[in-house]
Amino acid sequence: MRFVDEFRDPAIIRKTAEEIQRLTDPARHYRFMEVCGGHTHAIYRFGLKDILPPNIELVHGPGCPVCVLPMGRIDDGLSLARDQDVIFTAFGDMMRVPGAHGSPLQHKSRGLDIRIVYSPADALRLAERNPDKHVMFFAIGFETTAPSTSLTLLRARAKGIRNFSVFCNHVTILPAIRAILDSPDMRIDAFIGPGHVSTVIGCRPYEWIARNEHKPIVISGFEPLDMLESILMLLRQLNAGEAKVENQYKRVVPWEGNRAALKAMAEVFELRPYFEWRGMGFISQSALRIRGAFAEWDAEQRFRVPGLRVTDPKAAQCGEVLKGVLKPVQCKLFGNECTPERPVGALMVSSEGSCAAYYNFEHRKSLTKIAVSV
Amino acid sequence: MCLAIPARIVELVPGEQGRAVVDVVGVRRQIDVALLQDDPPGEGDWVLVHVGFAMSKISAEQALDQLQTLAILGENEAVMQEVRGYGEEDAWPRAVTGEPS
Repeated sequence: MRFVDEFRDPAIIRKTAEEIQRLTDPARHYRFMEVCGGHTHAIYRFGLKDILPPNIELVHGPGCPVCVLPMGRIDDGLSLARDQDVIFTAFGDMMRVPGAHGSPLQHKSRGLDIRIVYSPADALRLAERNPDKHVMFFAIGFETTAPSTSLTLLRARAKGIRNFSVFCNHVTILPAIRAILDSPDMRIDAFIGPGHVSTVIGCRPYEWIARNEHKPIVISGFEPLDMLESILMLLRQLNAGEAKVENQYKRVVPWEGNRAALKAMAEVFELRPYFEWRGMGFISQSALRIRGAFAEWDAEQRFRVPGLRVTDPKAAQCGEVLKGVLKPVQCKLFGNECTPERPVGALMVSSEGSCAAYYNFEHRKSLTKIAVSV
Repeated sequence: MCLAIPARIVELVPGEQGRAVVDVVGVRRQIDVALLQDDPPGEGDWVLVHVGFAMSKISAEQALDQLQTLAILGENEAVMQEVRGYGEEDAWPRAVTGEPS
């Protein structure tokens, strides 16, 4: 139990782990998908696999915004950054994600004005301070970040800031879960639901997973005890033959979500008929675009976007890993051609990507062991 | 990106509805609190911040728990860099009183 003693309540952690052990049927193999990349990161960092019984398998889901973005969208965004009047802004997570001709960071080193921002509000502020430039924000993220982009656009309109636009890549989590459930090579027993997406959308939108698909889902916090409790709640449901939506993260997630956030999103965004996800293909009604009323602040409506489609390198198996069909280490490129230092796929870049998490916390550990034994 | 940052509200920005100055482990920056309009936070309240927008009100105890989680996750340096705004830190007035925006 690697990190247990660092936790606040090692005794409670141990007790919860024992209860999980007690409720686990040794003859059964359990596959639980953690949908959110933040959970994936935490699972590896906390060493939760060392605490859980070996027959509980945690399958990493698609909830890493950087990972699911197809390469063509990055190249589309960067093509707009070539205009010398444009300041291209994006979250730090995006900077090292490879496009067909290099990452945003590499384009920056070639002289493009590309800057990391922490918040879309910071990008808008940059536009206010640089009236002779056009500031473009490359927006990514699920429902956790989409309200921030919508509020920023509402502010841009209210303040009449016209040298600002958003290149919108916001996606929604439920169609991705649906695609995973529909995938014939996928067998998931239950879901650990995303914590911060749910602060916005609430718990109701997951009800079909329980009702129609008969899969338990527990919305979970990010601390070790949160995730262990969520796993315990899933086991209790499975053992009782139940499938329902439960909220373990009540201290942050209201059942009905955040009304103001949903309202801001509805005002600014509409559903795209379809959107391409890396490795998962086109998923209908799975992404957001900016409404016509905000066309002036929509980079796609305001500028000519090439609409590039770039296929991932053939040997990379990002899609299979994203869907949970393959473990990161089962990809042919893992750890040799694709490393956090020289990533081929986005899953190796973001701290929420399962390949980077696996590499940093499991692979390096085993490399050290090999070095020591030699 | 999914990991939220706990921050304490220092003051609400006068004349800018829905903006507040917060303190994150000694670093001050402006954030947006408009998403909490149904239950607006006041000075001294703790909030969970995601990409510069307060998403939920939390207790002081939960805020400390979250800081500890970020530390165990090895994310504290990244968090502080984010809060400082990657070199764009001078873009926002640090405190409202007495500093031009």
